[in-house]
Amino acid sequence: MSVPGIQESRTAWRLGIITPGRKRAFFIAMGLLGLALPLAVYPVFLMNVLCMALFASAFNLLLGYTGLLSFGHAAFLGSAGYVTGHVLKAWGWPPEAGLLAGTLVATLLGLVIGGLAIRRSGIYFAMITLGFAQMLYFLAVQLPFTGGEDGLQGIPRGTLFGLVPLDRPLTLYYVVYAIFLLGFFVIYRTIHSPFGHVLRSIRENEPRALSLGYDVDRYKLVAFVISAGLSGLAGSTKALVLQFATLTDSHWHKSGEVVLMTLLGGMGTVMGPSVGALVVVTMDNYLSGVGDWVTVIIGSVFVVGVLAFRRGFVGEALHLARNFPF
Amino acid sequence: MGAVGELVLETRGLTKDFRGFVAVGGVDLKVRRGTIHALIGPNGAGKTTVFNLLTKFIQPSSGAILYRGRDITRSRPADVARQGMVRSFQVSAVFPNLTVLENVRVALQRPLGTSFHFWKSDRSLQGLHGRALELLEQVDLATHRDTVAVELPYGRKRALELATTLALDPELLLLDEPTQGMGHEDVGRVVELIRKVAAQRTVLMVEHNLSVVADLCQTITVLQRGTILAEGPYAQVSTDPRVLEAYIGVPE
Ligand SMILES: Nc1ncnc2c1ncn2[C@@H]1O[C@H](COP(=O)(O)OP(=O)(O)O)[C@@H](O)[C@H]1O
Ligand SMILES: [Mg+2]
Repeated sequence: MSVPGIQESRTAWRLGIITPGRKRAFFIAMGLLGLALPLAVYPVFLMNVLCMALFASAFNLLLGYTGLLSFGHAAFLGSAGYVTGHVLKAWGWPPEAGLLAGTLVATLLGLVIGGLAIRRSGIYFAMITLGFAQMLYFLAVQLPFTGGEDGLQGIPRGTLFGLVPLDRPLTLYYVVYAIFLLGFFVIYRTIHSPFGHVLRSIRENEPRALSLGYDVDRYKLVAFVISAGLSGLAGSTKALVLQFATLTDSHWHKSGEVVLMTLLGGMGTVMGPSVGALVVVTMDNYLSGVGDWVTVIIGSVFVVGVLAFRRGFVGEALHLARNFPF
Repeated sequence: MGAVGELVLETRGLTKDFRGFVAVGGVDLKVRRGTIHALIGPNGAGKTTVFNLLTKFIQPSSGAILYRGRDITRSRPADVARQGMVRSFQVSAVFPNLTVLENVRVALQRPLGTSFHFWKSDRSLQGLHGRALELLEQVDLATHRDTVAVELPYGRKRALELATTLALDPELLLLDEPTQGMGHEDVGRVVELIRKVAAQRTVLMVEHNLSVVADLCQTITVLQRGTILAEGPYAQVSTDPRVLEAYIGVPE
């Protein structure tokens, strides 16, 4: 009962050409690339990618490392965006407080929704999370402060810590990049922590983990809350970047999109969700001129991608590297 | 810990009714400390269901379970495990995509008390490797420490499962058909291992291989259609006409 897409492990098994040194070099190279990229590529596009990459990575903590398929993650992305937008625009809070508020609300929502859903598994868990997300979507449509169909427009970016004005795209980019790295590090650390190893055992064989004395529901809940909080951070950051918060981020399409990004890039891999986010956001961006066809194209890419790369792009690459020479 | 021979586990009128089908009906089981106790019976007799009830994986319809004199009928499964009653599963239960070493280490890491520490590096688990390798050594798996469990042959998976269970140092070990699906060599090895580990603990095991039962177990409880048919040492049970009747026509 081997699960395709799940190959990440820190121990020495089957590393092939992946040595710890090369791995570190790769992460450093990626980090530097992230610093240099906005000099060549439109920063707002990159920031969008980073927000979605963080969102998908947070989602992957659940799907890839705990074995939980949430189908309501848009709830956290969307509500955090609204909260951040509202406190920045209506209450004039500074950006750091706005980001914190959105993240906090998403974390609390995660605690409530997770607390109610975690006892169910499989499709029931997915449906309960979807149900809650739909309720929140309904609230987003109805509540006055969200601006209904129009959403919240013209969210001010303000000055970070009273020192760094965020109106220059490049400045904003580096702030967003730092937020992404922070979130990514939290996820990376969680995966490679004593807690992460328990999560993996739950993903691999829940009754067995239970029989070893782990209260699996509590572990799953903590993972769910971390995932919700970081999804919220992604949503808050996105609202700050785009200066608007609309219904799109709360819509169940986004909950589906994050599944797609994660599977496409490789669930249960550290980098997979980010790669998946890059692919999907790029397609969204450059194909927007094609109108409705964009969903068909993304759908086809997804089908072909998943059929051709069962482990996702990153999963397949790791698989090749581990079995090198072929 | 308590004296050898006193009751470590007792059930009183333990009953499980699956929507009208009584899988376990009024079982009074008494397991004495320091013994190896066998639970045998034809397929479908309710042995696995008894294990599920004892470890709280399912709730009894009626009856009580006492472990070390304490009523655990309403306890949670993880609590029961933490109190030292640990089970294995009839169908091999390893963590398939973890390595052999990681499988055992997951069991060892709980007493560290850091299992919720998501901010800590997993390097903090490396101190467990020595103990993990010792446990793997017991089942001849130390040389396979970096093999992914899914790639082990079936008998070796069961050995890994046993090593993982032993990692918790349980006071009462519940083994559901530990030798099932094993080759001859593995069976001998596991029998010796059970004998060895039983020196410091109590074992309750479901076992179909009667020569293993005769060899290992002091007390045998025969279950049939959810009720106890006979109980006693092997010599007595194996000559009981009711047991013979129950087993004839049910070749195992
Ligand atoms: N969850 C369940 N729901 C309904 N019936 C069950 C369930 N679990 C076990 N049973 C039934 O209870 C009986 C005893 O099963 P089991 O305890 O697995 O037997 P054994 O382990 O002795 O072979 C069987 O007839 C089985 O079909
Ligand atoms: Mg059984």
